[in-house]
Amino acid sequence: MYSFEPSEEQKMLIDAVSRYAVNDLRAAAHDAEEESKLPQSVVSKGWEMGVLQASIPEGYGGFGEHSVVTGVLAAEEMAYGDLAGTLAVMTPGLFVLPILLGGTEEQKQQYIPPVIEADWQPYTAALIEPSFDFDPNELKTTAKADGDDYVLTGEKTYVPFAKDAEAMIVYANLDGATQGFIVPKGADGLAVGEERIKLMSLNALPLYSLKLEGVRVPKANRLGGEAGHDMGPILAANRVALAALAVGVAKAAFEYSRDYAKEREAFGVKIAQKQAIAFMLAEMATEIEAIRLLNWEAAWKLDVGKEDAAKDAYLAATGAVDMVMMVTDRAVQILGGHGYIREHPVEMWMRNGRGFATFTGLAIV
Amino acid sequence: MIEFETPKPIAQQQYVLQTVAENMMRPVSRYFDEHEHEIPWDYINFMHQAMKASGAGSLAPKDEKKEQDPNKPKRPPIGYQLLAHMLEIISWGDVGMYLVTPGGGLGAAAVQAAGSPEQKKKFLARFAGEKPTFAAMCMTEANAGSDTSAIRTTAVLDEKTNEWVLNGEKIFVTAGDKALTEYEQSGKGFIVVWATIDPEAGRAGMRSFVVEAGTPGVKVTKLEHKLGIRCSDTASIVLQDARVPYDHILGSPTVEKTTKGFKGAMATFDATRPLVAATGIGVARAALEEVKKMLAEQGVEIRYGLPRQKLTNVEREVIDMEVMLRSAWLMVIKAVWMADNRKPNALESSMSKVKAGDVVTKITQKAVELMGPLGYTRDTLLEKWFRDAKITDIYEGTGQINRLVVARHILGYRGRDLR
Ligand SMILES: Cc1cc2nc3c(=O)[nH]c(=O)nc-3n(C[C@H](O)[C@H](O)[C@H](O)COP(=O)(O)OP(=O)(O)OC[C@H]3O[C@@H](n4cnc5c(N)ncnc54)[C@H](O)[C@@H]3O)c2cc1C
Repeated sequence: MYSFEPSEEQKMLIDAVSRYAVNDLRAAAHDAEEESKLPQSVVSKGWEMGVLQASIPEGYGGFGEHSVVTGVLAAEEMAYGDLAGTLAVMTPGLFVLPILLGGTEEQKQQYIPPVIEADWQPYTAALIEPSFDFDPNELKTTAKADGDDYVLTGEKTYVPFAKDAEAMIVYANLDGATQGFIVPKGADGLAVGEERIKLMSLNALPLYSLKLEGVRVPKANRLGGEAGHDMGPILAANRVALAALAVGVAKAAFEYSRDYAKEREAFGVKIAQKQAIAFMLAEMATEIEAIRLLNWEAAWKLDVGKEDAAKDAYLAATGAVDMVMMVTDRAVQILGGHGYIREHPVEMWMRNGRGFATFTGLAIV
Repeated sequence: MIEFETPKPIAQQQYVLQTVAENMMRPVSRYFDEHEHEIPWDYINFMHQAMKASGAGSLAPKDEKKEQDPNKPKRPPIGYQLLAHMLEIISWGDVGMYLVTPGGGLGAAAVQAAGSPEQKKKFLARFAGEKPTFAAMCMTEANAGSDTSAIRTTAVLDEKTNEWVLNGEKIFVTAGDKALTEYEQSGKGFIVVWATIDPEAGRAGMRSFVVEAGTPGVKVTKLEHKLGIRCSDTASIVLQDARVPYDHILGSPTVEKTTKGFKGAMATFDATRPLVAATGIGVARAALEEVKKMLAEQGVEIRYGLPRQKLTNVEREVIDMEVMLRSAWLMVIKAVWMADNRKPNALESSMSKVKAGDVVTKITQKAVELMGPLGYTRDTLLEKWFRDAKITDIYEGTGQINRLVVARHILGYRGRDLR
């Protein structure tokens, strides 16, 4: 059967997340971006919403089961509030969910409960590398087996909360395949940059570059143990997460510019009454809906284990990149000169929008 | 719960129709493109028999009234969803031929939407008869296309004979010829004609009338020569003192101050727009599949999963086409799913039509471009699909008209706020 109706539980979750997104994240977003600082209280409150906890089975300290669709719905809603804040709240998921998806039973037992049962703590993951042709399936960071250890060498960037992280998953190229390795805080040879890196947006999210100079981790720290793990599902879960966040940002920009257009007057009418504006809005709404459905389908396929799920997740993320850029750009256009001024949030959403082509690895559901 | 599993009964139909599309449509697709105004009776007869045998009767959605066993878990209705899938596949075969599928098309849909139970019985029974039978819907006039309120065709009640007397000229009537001309192979059809019963009243005065084939004063005066969908006849029809019985008016015979009657008629579009979108998507899927097949034959593999900047241009284009096609299709599915579940879907209907109109033109254009000399030649069907797909963005409300509908909905505007 087809159905486009979230379950009752999902609706309750969406409702709660939506309130938090507007009342807390959106309220804090402007200053957080300007001052490069998001109050920890906002992050903690987001964590207490329990989105991640609800996607972890009881056996590992959570209170639900992993559902990509639910994760997507929550991510859409939260990013409608603010992207940087959402990424901050979701960061521990970058550590926990790959372990849930690809870890051994021991790894799940050992690593997941301490994160899930506690308050928000900095746990993270490092995937992105500083090169224009960064490709998660062809990493330049290498892992080499050496005795009882793996030795990790390379450079990573865009790693959220790396400086304080209790532990992180570092992705590296092991004989041509991307594999995750659990690296504890303060590992020898792990050099986290002193200064936060600065991007076109996401100022509120502390991001760092790091160098791995022969970092040794025991073989037991390889995600999935001896046999390793399949990177496909992890990347797919990354992609639908990003697409969902893009939908959230786009929806924020669309609604803001729509409401503005109904207020602003030019030539004696509301600008929304001009087709040039109204048609832009109609197309924005249409594109958001299109990508949203594409992403829902991909998420559903991941949940039920359809063969082409990973491909669909890739298509959804690819479509989302264009969609969010188009929508956020038009939102600025609809506000005209006022859209260019940082008092209105649309310019920030436009800066957010351009990042989605680059963010693979920053979110997972 | 959010779900995307194709319902079983639909999957079964898909399988059957795929065979029809491959074996009865594709082999003659080019022939009927090059022989405009020839009629594919083999296909028509086959579809008529097949639909009769399956009890489908026509491609118009039926009232779902079957008594459900209260002991069994309730199955959600899927009539429109089934229809969307069927039209998509037949159009994948050949959309011009789809448009000459017997069963009443838009004419029957109009009766279905606005007719009384007696009228439905009287006018729709014929589609399950011996011979394939056609109906058509006549709204457009030379000076009234998108602006349907500008129609000038009049209907005047002759109180002496209790008949409506219709005068006017309609253009661009899909299947107008087949509905009115009595061919040896076909049954007696009808057209649904939009006219005004009170020219002062504007939209409130607009009504539709069933005009039977053979009515004196009704004449097909022209068949258009078109860019695409050449297998489908597009007729001009003149009505000169054409008399129809009183009870052939669909909806109320009196003019109220409201535009309720008109709006009711427009509501038909909520049902038909996603279906038209589905037909366009069938064409675009045909083109995209052909492109992928031709590329594969040339040894070109699409490397899904690569970052954009590492893809070749051809790969990017194909991936974009897939994103467009699938997302547009899901919008269609959502719109018809809403229709099945009796959720108001005017916004989603028009949105799906906006999106489909855009993507099917883009995809078929790209298909020709990407294949170079192999795309532009009449040796393959790509150039034909490019011509066929374009109509999706024109009829059943142009892309612009559907943007207006979407915009009014999202802005909470009425017609007078945004026109
Ligand atoms: C092959 C074919 C089959 C058809 N079948 C049928 C049929 O079976 N029955 C039937 O009744 N009709 C049928 N039509 C007619 C079709 O629905 C109309 O052609 C269509 O509605 C557009 O009307 P028009 O051609 O007069 O264009 P116009 O209304 O003159 O439009 C011209 C351009 O102006 C734009 N435009 C118009 N109004 C606005 C506005 N308010 N804001 C912005 N832009 C606007 C349009 O989008 C279009 O781009 C058919 C047409 C074709 C080509």
